Amino acid sequence: MTLLHDPDLGTPAKSGDSTVNVVVDGIEVMVAEGTSVMRAAALAGVDVPKLCATDSLDAFGSCRLCLVEVDGRPGTPASCTTPVAPGMSVATQSPKLQKLRRGVMELYLSDHPHDESGCRPKGGCELHDLADSVGLTDVRYGFSGANHQASTTDASNPYFAFDPTTCIVCSRCVRACDEIQGTLALTVEGRGFESVISAGGLPFMESECVSCGACVQACPTNALQEKTFIELGMPDRTVKTTCAYCGVGCSFNAELRGDEVVRMVPSKEGGANEGHSCVKGRFAWGYATHRDRVTTPMVRSSFRDEWREVSWDEAIGFTVERLRAIQEESGPDSIGGITSSRCTNEEVFVVQKMVRAAFGNNNVDTCARVCHSPTGYGLKQTFGTSAGTQDFASVEQSDVMIVIGANPTDGHPVFASRMKRRLREGAALIVVDPRRIDLVRTPHVEAAHHLQLLPGTNVAVVNAIAHVVVTEGLVDRDFVAERCEPDSFARWEAFIARPENSPEATEAASGVPAAELRAAARLYATARNAAIYYGLGVTEHSQGSTMVMGMANLAMATGNIGRDGVGVNPLRGQNNVQGSCDMGSFPHEFSGYRHVSDDAVRELFETVWGTALESEPGLRIPNMFDASLAGSFRGLFIQGEDIAQSDPNTKHVVAALSALDLLVVQDLFVNETAKYAHVFLPGTSFLEKDGTFTNAERRINRVRPVMDPVHGKHEWQVACEIATAMGYPMDYDDASQIMDEIAQVTPTFAGVSFDHLDKVGSIQWPCNDAAPEGTPIMHVDGFVRGKGRFVETPYVPTDERTNRKFPLILTTGRILSQYNVGAQTRRTANVEWHEEDVLEIHPHDAEERGVADGTWVALASRVGETQMRAQITDRVPQGVVYTTFHHPESGANILTTEYSDWATNCPEYKVTAVQVRPASVSDPAHATEPVEAAT
Amino acid sequence: MTLDALIRMANQIAANQAHLPPDQAASQVAEHLRLFWTPGMRQELVAHAATGADDLVPVVLAALEQVTAAVPSS
Repeated sequence: MTLLHDPDLGTPAKSGDSTVNVVVDGIEVMVAEGTSVMRAAALAGVDVPKLCATDSLDAFGSCRLCLVEVDGRPGTPASCTTPVAPGMSVATQSPKLQKLRRGVMELYLSDHPHDESGCRPKGGCELHDLADSVGLTDVRYGFSGANHQASTTDASNPYFAFDPTTCIVCSRCVRACDEIQGTLALTVEGRGFESVISAGGLPFMESECVSCGACVQACPTNALQEKTFIELGMPDRTVKTTCAYCGVGCSFNAELRGDEVVRMVPSKEGGANEGHSCVKGRFAWGYATHRDRVTTPMVRSSFRDEWREVSWDEAIGFTVERLRAIQEESGPDSIGGITSSRCTNEEVFVVQKMVRAAFGNNNVDTCARVCHSPTGYGLKQTFGTSAGTQDFASVEQSDVMIVIGANPTDGHPVFASRMKRRLREGAALIVVDPRRIDLVRTPHVEAAHHLQLLPGTNVAVVNAIAHVVVTEGLVDRDFVAERCEPDSFARWEAFIARPENSPEATEAASGVPAAELRAAARLYATARNAAIYYGLGVTEHSQGSTMVMGMANLAMATGNIGRDGVGVNPLRGQNNVQGSCDMGSFPHEFSGYRHVSDDAVRELFETVWGTALESEPGLRIPNMFDASLAGSFRGLFIQGEDIAQSDPNTKHVVAALSALDLLVVQDLFVNETAKYAHVFLPGTSFLEKDGTFTNAERRINRVRPVMDPVHGKHEWQVACEIATAMGYPMDYDDASQIMDEIAQVTPTFAGVSFDHLDKVGSIQWPCNDAAPEGTPIMHVDGFVRGKGRFVETPYVPTDERTNRKFPLILTTGRILSQYNVGAQTRRTANVEWHEEDVLEIHPHDAEERGVADGTWVALASRVGETQMRAQITDRVPQGVVYTTFHHPESGANILTTEYSDWATNCPEYKVTAVQVRPASVSDPAHATEPVEAAT
Repeated sequence: MTLDALIRMANQIAANQAHLPPDQAASQVAEHLRLFWTPGMRQELVAHAATGADDLVPVVLAALEQVTAAVPSS
């Protein structure tokens, strides 16, 4: 594919039913009322010169290049700021207009590198392109007047540079930071000739800039430019693909020069991101070609041995021989597999098929076990299916948002920008979080209520909110009567109205003042449209599933389901959490969330797959660990996950991995888990994958390879070869055939195919005969299960309690620049923002312990101890400490325990009783490494 | 499996059904074990209950009576 440029219509689209007919250069065009003349011209196929205008930003009217003439009107108005009117006739070209534009361009060019050698790289500057298009080569004013050509470049950011000599101060970057990203880090400093773009008077790297790239994207010249673009030059082809970081699932145009990626440009066509990006997706893709990547299969008899590089055939033969031997000795259930939410739907589907059909058991689980498995359980119990209810665009209709246990500006930054835009327009925000996340107070956004609950008390809080709704007459009786089960509602209503669920009663446990909670509940319940967004601060608790059901109850009781602006919306952590769950990765479910004991469903799979399948659930990941230690589970295939770093109670996990007779890891790097492996199979990065990811809004996006797998095999091919060698032939010509099989056996994917995706861009499931173009909003006319089901949600405190020995509660989370266990982002320049995990501790708790800011502290729980630097901050309340888990050196999960959600065994990462003390040595090496492993 | 883990998990499931009458709670626990536990895990806990275990709450013991019939013999 040649190099693509998203069309730029100059100003944003206007919505509304009213239309206006106008004539531009003799061409009649019908547009929505309020549309700018510039956009109308573009829609008519007429390109009006512009520099300060772009269709992702509101019109600004500063560059004076887009002047037009309108019949019957005096002067030459700017087409970007002039709305169309009925019958308007516009001329975009005339001798007068040409003269005016040339004059303006001469002024710009007089303070601009006057040839393209000074405005590198060639092809990146719209000003030069415009000058070329009108044949402007001479500047009457010369270049020797006062100018900015001696300004120095700010190259402090690792990914882009700001060169003021090529800046025309059009404010596109400033407006992009304001309007799109919502960080407001940039400004125009000075007046008149002194005007310069400034990151608050600081180098970009020291400013509030979050490196989302919106300014770089918006810049019409080469003033803000990717360093890779400067270094490598103009790309010559584009591959449309999907980001492999968080669950937002941004669409990108990978721009390449030859086979080398020059830059990743967010696509305006992307339904999830609409042209926006964050520092990870936009810039942090260099890990794909990092020197640490392992590209040759490796085996070893014991994890204490050195690795031995082997051929693919030998690695697969070694794997299969051991798997067979284990099954012969210990039975068919003694082996299993774990799928990865970083892999494509097709790769995940094939691995779970390998386990069910070739291994002959249901011992397959996925990393969603440790993040959003309670979402699957809770939403299925109440609504009937395991999925968020809305598309991302829905938030633009929300009047009130509750953000519970999520930190969107760090974890889901591109969606957070959408949220902030709506909040700046006046929507109200309620944050339920122990920690003061950025959304609580950020430029032009301030939460109406921050319910700063104690970790582990989510259910008490959601019950109290529902109690207010029920006892203050705020239930949407019409919605409940029409859409929900009357019996379950009656039981729930009686339960939730009990005094023990009142805000006054729950305050003691949760720490949330009753009056503030009541006010927040009223705000949510009385809004025209109120939406709930949540993250792992909901699910990763001993009552994660209960909390999900509590939020679903609340949404149903207030009628906030089934239309734009409302809903219950999980913000998924990894890029394909939704998809890996959809694909049948859980041990009790086939694809499409159908239980393995359902005879009709199982017979369908048996027919298509040509083999008998187990009707009983298999082992979950924590069960696998326990069974490994007990000796009954001996062989494990892990696809692209680093459970030794990401799963709780590292000591327990490592002991379980060490006890296995065969551990097969397929990954890009020798990660912490691979230290205990016997077989390492090289994986593929997202730049090599061919398939689909499904994001948090159920949007299925194509992932297209920009290069061949560096080691010659797609991951699904490897799984097929293992299955085939195990005696169950699996073979596909390409990934599209796998999706065809998924569609064949999964009703919600029945209408999905690569061809369809290539035609429409993306599809939100369900996609079938009833919804051939997909389903942006779920449960519109009825719930998937028919009537919505209310579930009683008693608050049961976690068994993890603070005491004199461990008096603080540790809760964990993520940071913007790093991703999950950091395997990818730690191998990029993102480490410049976050080179180590730190412990946030309240000033009072720090003072009590003699802990100074920036010093090493020892952090101990009842299962382990580690060390990290302290960061003293009142972001966390007294009694609560917080850290991230991106770096193996500090290993936050050394501390987390075996406690888990009662329904799904999702670990309780968010509540660990700990003690903190000043470290005796400034050595971050943790003391609880249980097994010496060769690397 | 680690028996301690099974006992803890089963008692925790029961604790989250404590708002229900005991017979309904036992049915819910039994259904949960049927849907989400492997036969081996159920079997191990049933065997443990048969020893007169005093570390399982009554609702779990009642639930295990319900799942006993469904547990395949080893």
